[in-house]
Formats: sequence, C-alpha cells, structure tokens
Amino acid sequence: MALETNTMTKDPILKVEHLSMRFGGLMAINDFSFEAARGDITALIGPNGAGKTTVFNCITGFYKPTMGMITMKQRSGKEYLLERLPDFEITKTAKVARTFQNIRMFSGLTVLENLLVAQHNKLMQASGYTLLGLFGFPAYRQASGEAIDIARHWLEKASLIDRADDPAGDLPYGAQRRLEIARAMCTGPELLCLDEPAAGLNPRESLALNELLQEIRRDTGTSILLIEHDMSVVMEISDHVVVLEYGQKISDGNPDFVKNDPKVIAAYLGVEDEEVEEVIEQIEEIESEQGGTKQ
Amino acid sequence: MANVASTTASAGSELTARALREAVFAGLISLGLFILFVGLETTQNIRNELVLNQRWGLLATFVVIAMVGRFLMVAYVQPRLAQRKAAKAAAPDVVKEEGFFSRNFSAIAIVALILYPPVVLALTGVQGSLKWVDNFGIQILIYVMLAWGLNIVVGLAGLLDLGYVAFYAVGAYSYALLSSYFGLSFWVLLPVAGLLAACWGVVLGFPVLRLRGDYLAIVTLAFGEIIRLVLINWTEVTKGTFGVSGIAKATLFGIKFDATKTGFAALFGLPMSSAYYKIFLFYLILGLALLTAFVTIRLRRMPIGRAWEALREDEIACRSLGINTVTTKLTAFATGAMFGGFAGSFFAVRQGFVSPESFVFLESAVILAIVVLGGMGSLTGIAIAAAVMIGGTEILRELAFLKLVFGPNFTPELYRMLIFGLAMVVVMVWKPRGFVGSREPTAFLHKRKAVSGSFTKEGHG
Repeated sequence: MALETNTMTKDPILKVEHLSMRFGGLMAINDFSFEAARGDITALIGPNGAGKTTVFNCITGFYKPTMGMITMKQRSGKEYLLERLPDFEITKTAKVARTFQNIRMFSGLTVLENLLVAQHNKLMQASGYTLLGLFGFPAYRQASGEAIDIARHWLEKASLIDRADDPAGDLPYGAQRRLEIARAMCTGPELLCLDEPAAGLNPRESLALNELLQEIRRDTGTSILLIEHDMSVVMEISDHVVVLEYGQKISDGNPDFVKNDPKVIAAYLGVEDEEVEEVIEQIEEIESEQGGTKQ
Repeated sequence: MANVASTTASAGSELTARALREAVFAGLISLGLFILFVGLETTQNIRNELVLNQRWGLLATFVVIAMVGRFLMVAYVQPRLAQRKAAKAAAPDVVKEEGFFSRNFSAIAIVALILYPPVVLALTGVQGSLKWVDNFGIQILIYVMLAWGLNIVVGLAGLLDLGYVAFYAVGAYSYALLSSYFGLSFWVLLPVAGLLAACWGVVLGFPVLRLRGDYLAIVTLAFGEIIRLVLINWTEVTKGTFGVSGIAKATLFGIKFDATKTGFAALFGLPMSSAYYKIFLFYLILGLALLTAFVTIRLRRMPIGRAWEALREDEIACRSLGINTVTTKLTAFATGAMFGGFAGSFFAVRQGFVSPESFVFLESAVILAIVVLGGMGSLTGIAIAAAVMIGGTEILRELAFLKLVFGPNFTPELYRMLIFGLAMVVVMVWKPRGFVGSREPTAFLHKRKAVSGSFTKEGHG
C-alpha cells in the first residue's frame, strides 16, 4: 500500500472523481475514482463488461457521465473539466487523444493522409481557416511541410514508413493498430488513451507495441492510460494498475500489488463468495512468508 | 496441319449452329413477351369504343432485333471476350505506362472546350452553331458544374443530399428577383446568389447535423420540396407557377448583346445574331465550372478538404482527433450550395425565365446520378458522366432515323428516362464505383499512388 500512496502524491495528470454512468436502469460505472500520474503508464483492467470502455468514453467525451468530475491538468498548469467539454475539444484543447477497441481508420485515405488529418487544427490555423491557403499563401505551404515531417517522424517510430502512400485499409491488422497510435500522437497529446492496443496482436507484435509505448513515454513525456486484457503488456509496461469490476474499483496500485490482490484474483478466476475469505487468508500467509524471507 | 484446320472449322460451324439455335430461342421468348405488349394495342376510337390495333410489323422488328442481337452475342462477342480474358490471364503483369492522352486528359479537355465554339461556328455557320453551343455545350456544362458542386457534399464529405436542386433554385431566383426588382447587374448578383445559396446550405445543414444515411437523405429531399413549394406559393414575390420572365441578360464589361448601336454585334461589325450571346454564355459557364473544379482541387489539399474525406470515412474517429464535425459538415453544405447558387444564377441569365418547374426532384436525382456514375469524388469521371448522360439525352432528339425502324409515331425523346435508367444499370454492373473509381491521394511521401475504390467508403450520411 505504500507504493499506492506514493503515486497519489505524484503530480496527477488526470483525476477522475466519483464518476458514475447510468444507462437507463443499468449502472455501468458506480462512484469510480482514480488518478493517473504525469509521465506514468496507467492500466485500467477488469473482466469483460466491467465498464472499462465506458470510463474511456466518459474521459474522451463520447459519453456525458451521469455524475462525477474528470479533471485534466496540463503541463502548463491549466486545468480542464473534461465532462464539460464537447468531444472534439477534449482532443483539441485539453490534449487527450484516444484510440478505439475496434480500429477506426480512414481506410480510403493513405497512411500519410491519416496522420495529416490528425493535425487538422494546427493546419487549419496555418491556412487561415482555409481562406489564406486557398490563395496559396506561403505560410500554409510551410506548415503543411512541417506537418508532413511530423507524420514522417511517427511513421518511422511505428515502422510504417514504407507503406506511407498505401491506403490505410490495405494494411495488416497489427500495422493498423500501430497507425492508430501514431495518428493519435500526431494530435500532440499530453495524455494518450489506448483502448486495448494489443488486442489481436501476436506475441512479437505485442512486444513491439510495448517498445513503442515506452518510447512514446520516454521521448515525448506523454502519459498513457490503457485498457488491456493482455497481462504480458499490462504487467510489463505499466507503472500503475486500476482494476474495475461491475463498474466499481476493486484494486489500485502497482502491478505487483494488483497481481496478488485476492479481490483481483477472485474477480478474474470467479471464486465463490465463501471461498474469497479462504483465498485472502492463503495469500496473506504467502505474503508474510515472502516478506519474512526478504527481510 | 489439315487436321487442326478442320477442327477449328468444325468448331466454328458448331459455334454458328449454337448461335443460331440460341437466336431462335431468344426470338421465341421475345415473341412471347412482346406479343401482348407490342403486337396488340388497345385504344379508344371517337365513339369511346375499345379498338384492338394489330401491330405485327412492329412486333416482327422487336423479335428480329432480339434474334440478331443474341446471334451476334453468342457467335462473336462472347468468344471475343473469352479470348481477351485468356490473353489477359496469360500475359505477364506489366505495369502499363500511362499514355500521353490519359496523362494530360484534363489539359486536353480544357483546350478542346475553349476551341469548341469557334470550331462549331466554322463548321455549321452562325445559326447552325446555336444548337451545338446552347443545347449541347451550355446544357452539359451546367450539369457538370452542378455535379461538381454536389460532389463536394456527396463525394467528399459523404453526406447524401437529395435536395441539391434547392440551392440551384435559390441561386436562380436570387438573380431573377434581385435583378428585376432592383435592376442589379449579373456580375454583382452572381456572388450574391452564391452567398445566399451558401446561407441556405447552412440553414439546411443545422437541423440535419445529427442525421445519417437514409434519414439525412429524406430530410434533404423534403428541404428541396419546401423550397419549391415556397416558390410556387409565395405569389406576391415569385409570381408562383407563372415564374419570373424578362430577366436581364448578362453583359460583357458593360457591352450588351442586343441589336442597338452599342451592342456586341454592332461594335464588332458582325451581323446581329443571338449565337454570339450563346457563345459568351458558353465561356461564362465554362469559367464557372472551371472555378468549381479549381476550388475543389485546392480544397482537397487543405485541412478542411481532408477533414471532409475523413468525415466520409469515419465520423467518430474524426471527433477523436479534435475535428469539429459540426463546422466541417456545415462548410461542406455551404460550399456545395454556393456552387449550386452560382449555377442557378447562370441558369436564370441563360433562360431569361425561371419557374418552379425547373427545380423538381428529378433534377436533384439526375445530378446525384451523374455524381454516382462518374465516381464519387472524381472530377474527371463526373464530367464524363455529365457529358454522356446530358449529351446522350440531347442526342436522342437527333435520332429521327429510328422512325424508319419503329414507325412514324416513334419519338426517341420519350425514352429518355428509360435509357437513362438502363445506362445507370449497365455502368453500375460494369463499374460499380463509377467511371473513375479510384481516388487521388492529396499528399505523398515517396510516390503518388491512386487509392482503389474498394477502400474508400461512401459515407454514412
């Protein structure tokens, strides 16, 4: 528990407080609070239907939460209440980018164009909201050159540079996942939200994904919030894990803590209620033994 | 050797026999089909009695056409197609170098269009050129421009608009009314008409922002009808179904095209003829259409144009990238509507008369059909489709010789929509993505490669 309080004192980039989301009679998320620290990779895990994607949709503005407050604090110290912003403003001004569980590519545009669309707001300003660009002012040409350079940078990172001029729909699945991450990075986010980035990837591809995410964090200082089922990804790269079950938080801490949390084990393995106590006892025994040997 | 020759000969005669057999079958089927439809005609005579006309000659023509068609199909067309397919499969996959013509198609087409009026004038004389410049040239170019304007909304942004003719009407009436009430000139009112149409585009855009697909199509259709009904019923201003007539003509730098001493003909020492005004109008609509194309090409390379195409591909992904889909959709509607408005005011100045009858739903459908046939998003494809569709229907008026085949009462113009529909079916079977199905990317790193139509989406609404 010591580590958990440690992360709490770190500078939080995203603070979710008492978030609740109700769909008719269904309480998808119930009084859910957590914090993501700046520069950390925070993982949100939980069994299917636990409400992880709903949390994501609330953070990125695709749903308006029934209750609760989501605060995004930027590097500059500016704070935004995400539940009050329209979805496109969350990416545009609050600098939170996201990817989707089922990949959403612009499949008829080329890979490069996908990354240019992501730089829309910057280019829009440079083109004088289209008017100056229409008459061929040089400012726009320069900005569009810079945008292509940024796109090239991310294509190299995502090892897609050879396929830059191919339609995005023509890429294999793993490459589309990487492209979606690269596209989100082109919006220049401070917080990157990834919804199951490793879903459908083979072990080698998910290893490459781990490297890409760590590189993103190291080079750009972007904080990452991810939903993932692939524990090899979660345990490998995340600094902080939050576990959600039936819309409620059941565990929160560093990966090792969560891995051994009996509630988490019970949630994943589906233990009978009576057995939970047993499991807890067993684990406590083991932990005390381990603690004893370490000391 | 002789053996091979005899086998091919026997194969040939076998094929002919089969073709003959199938031709007979086709003849029998068509006889069965047409005997009641064509062979017998029921009419009323002057005493209101039902009379049965027998048209065996016409029936025979139909059957013969079916038989000959089937024979040619089986004996010549099918073997040729099979041969070509085999040759294509056998030939190695070579990347075909584009010829000079296809590489410079747009430039050649523009030059040809600029040279068109003088060439026609030289070939057919002053009065003879009227038909070719006005009925073919101007008529086709109006539809090219309208379809290019609609292409921004449907082809790029993927918003299915069935009421595009409403903006055409707004443009036409803007010019007609403002010029007859306030006496303003065409050149002042052209941008005004465009702006008014763009405003109406935004007015239409707002309520339909949340609609997609079929629902959007229905509402835009209703919007088109509302505009038409307003034009019919607001009689104090629009004169209702009588329409606005006597609309002022356009001038060339203040030179009028009339019979006065300061008119165009007198000034250049030419005999007075309306042909010069038509040629002037031809260049005017050519300029307007090229402006539409230029702006579309430019906009596609701008962030707004890319956002339109991204919107067509996936709206939710757009929003996740910080694109304001509301303003993006509204600008698409407004830009498309603006070009519709320009075309409308040109229509008013060309006709000198506007009435609500020119702006029926069928016009919207024809414009949309041209966009779809041409290949959504492709300017070249759309221009070709407009030329084929509108030029084709005009050509029908020239086919008087068909009267020899189908009898003196045959009027080919009446079959316009039938042929239109047939052509659409044929094109959609042969090229489901339209004449030009591929998409030119707007930016590239290494090499510009056209994006195959199978990847692009039609949009959700």
